[in-house]
Amino acid sequence: MTESNPILEVNNLFASTDDLPILKGVSITVYPGEIHAIMGRNGCGKSTLSKIIAGHPSYNITEGEINFSGKNVNSLEPEERAQSGIFLGFQYPIEIPGVSNLEFLRVSTNARRKFLKKEELDTFDFEDLVKEKLELVKMDSAFLSRSVNQGFSGGEKKRNEILQMALLEPKIAILDETDSGLDIDALRIVASGIKKIANNKTGIILITHYQRLLDEIKPDYVHVMSDGQIIKTGGSDLALELEKNGYEWTDNFVKEK
Amino acid sequence: MVNENLVKDVVKEPYKYGFVTDIETEKISKGLNEDIIRLISTKKEEPEYLLNFRLNAFKKWQQMKEPNWAELGYEEINYQDIIYYSAPKQKEKISSLDEVDPKLLETFDKLGIPLTEQKKLTNVAVDAVFDSVSIATTFREELAEHGVIFCSISEAVKNHSDLIEKYLGSVVPATDNYFAALNSAVFSDGSFVYIPKGVACPMDLSSYFRINSGDSGQFERTLIIAEESSSVSYLEGCTAPMFDTNTLHAAVVELIALDDASIKYSTVQNWYAGNEEGVGGIFNFVTKRGKCLGNRSKISWSQVETGSAITWKYPSCLLLGEESIGEFYSVALTNNLQQADTGTKMIHIGPKTKSTIVSKGISAGHSKNSYRGLVKMGTKAIGAKNYSQCDSMLIGDQASANTFPYITSQQQNSEIEHEASTCRISEDQLFYLQSRGIEFEEAVSMMVSGFCRDVFNQLPMEFAAEADKLLALKLEGSVG
Repeated sequence: MTESNPILEVNNLFASTDDLPILKGVSITVYPGEIHAIMGRNGCGKSTLSKIIAGHPSYNITEGEINFSGKNVNSLEPEERAQSGIFLGFQYPIEIPGVSNLEFLRVSTNARRKFLKKEELDTFDFEDLVKEKLELVKMDSAFLSRSVNQGFSGGEKKRNEILQMALLEPKIAILDETDSGLDIDALRIVASGIKKIANNKTGIILITHYQRLLDEIKPDYVHVMSDGQIIKTGGSDLALELEKNGYEWTDNFVKEK
Repeated sequence: MVNENLVKDVVKEPYKYGFVTDIETEKISKGLNEDIIRLISTKKEEPEYLLNFRLNAFKKWQQMKEPNWAELGYEEINYQDIIYYSAPKQKEKISSLDEVDPKLLETFDKLGIPLTEQKKLTNVAVDAVFDSVSIATTFREELAEHGVIFCSISEAVKNHSDLIEKYLGSVVPATDNYFAALNSAVFSDGSFVYIPKGVACPMDLSSYFRINSGDSGQFERTLIIAEESSSVSYLEGCTAPMFDTNTLHAAVVELIALDDASIKYSTVQNWYAGNEEGVGGIFNFVTKRGKCLGNRSKISWSQVETGSAITWKYPSCLLLGEESIGEFYSVALTNNLQQADTGTKMIHIGPKTKSTIVSKGISAGHSKNSYRGLVKMGTKAIGAKNYSQCDSMLIGDQASANTFPYITSQQQNSEIEHEASTCRISEDQLFYLQSRGIEFEEAVSMMVSGFCRDVFNQLPMEFAAEADKLLALKLEGSVG
């Protein structure tokens, strides 16, 4: 798997918000087709890491770099990162009243297609494409005519995120607690959707608290984060140990470090 | 929190209608007194009843006080420092468009309102008003075949005096309010529409108001009469050059709908709004009112207000006829130091009358945007219904939004429903759209048009597209 070049390289990343340091030297390297899981207590910096990679304006990178496809993207706008193939699946997808989901998906897909120098899709062609992708997450087409995420249940919002991933065909997808709020059946559908979309080519970072998602999507690497640092990296067994022993067990790694 | 500099950038889009047409004009001297009014009336060769209408209005105006209840702050207007009549010089009688000064035609071309036979819009008849006078009205013969009268109000005074005498001031009396009284005293031109019984006007009618002169006010008057079972859709657009002084615009619009008639009146107002520091711009004090005189008649106002330094405007409906319907759909966008105090009045007089109010206010920059509306159920308004929805959107953290809904009911058997909301474009929403590859400015304009969708759906099709674009332009650079 490591024959090609890394798709994402985060090197010794320090970041803060309102002068409050959140990330304190995070490094992670993802190759195409690899699945990484990041676990850790609430507030350890997992979500922040994902937002910073996507370019959220509330955080300042104070040291280190994010390289995507070999290029430093530290100063790129979020839309530029998205167009070039970075995808963030939100833990809490945002509601946008009045903006139709279909139109949102179309504009978004076309922005990515434009970057890829592919032909932009008109409403009719796009509807064909989106119907095909809806199948992957078993979503009803009625969701297309509603406002973006408005009035969606927790599970529907998460499926809508994966639908976006399916349309954007990113090179790396960071999925922030995509499993939360999903019942077992929905989790299986979403997990199988993710695997199909990734098709062993997309790099994936799963941020999660629970083993049950990792049962569905087996990670190649598991990272444990604590207080803004990755304190332990291992194979998929690490997640099982974590499930068994709880995060208290990981406190020892900090001391080891 | 939205970054303020970025907000500024988005709203900074230069005003593209700010040019001045260099044309010889005939202006009268500054100031307002009885002689000036007589002079205007003489220039327009008006009958005596109209001169008396003006003089009476002027007398009342002198006794009135400029209203100060609106959420507006501006320097006192010096009414003696305004020119009340300004007209481009041209031949006395123009028999065809070929005789119109090419500079004027060029001006309207530049504004996207071509008037000449070859280029004119195919589905809309246009009355083009330049400063104090109407320049041209297209499609007159075609309309005349259907019995529709569409001409300048000056012409209507000459050719359809009976209708003018009967209806002028019948909806907005000369003494209705300070600015209506001023308009009644000095109005120079405007549009006149008459739709005969049973006729559905075969095309949209449109007036385009252009202020060109910096030191004269514009006081136009529009009168639309829809006879029994007739219908018409009327569009109004406005622009003005950029001057660093304020220009006064005080218009009056009167609509009359008889039994089963319907009038749809749509406005896209894009007067010059002043610069970022709030210097210059149009003071827009307008009285618009429709009278649903007939049973089952309907008057629908839709407006997209994006321009003017000051907007003071409450398009209203008097619902007299049984089961008559009044509607008001409004988008008001303010930016920089613009101020808008706008809304509607729905006066339910007849039984089973219905009204709908949907107002969307968007404030960016340091602007101030207020909705002010009155819903009144009179003693005979049995079974009358009103639904109001007033939403405000704030962009940045320096803008303000207010809602002043006034509700009075003298009829127990009537329903009034009012919903209001305020939202702010949040950084999280913007980030969400951006993280899907959507450019920042497009993200803002998507959210703004989403917010306005209920109103845009009410606009005639081409107008809706134009309004959408206009909002996007106005907001360019305004959010961060």
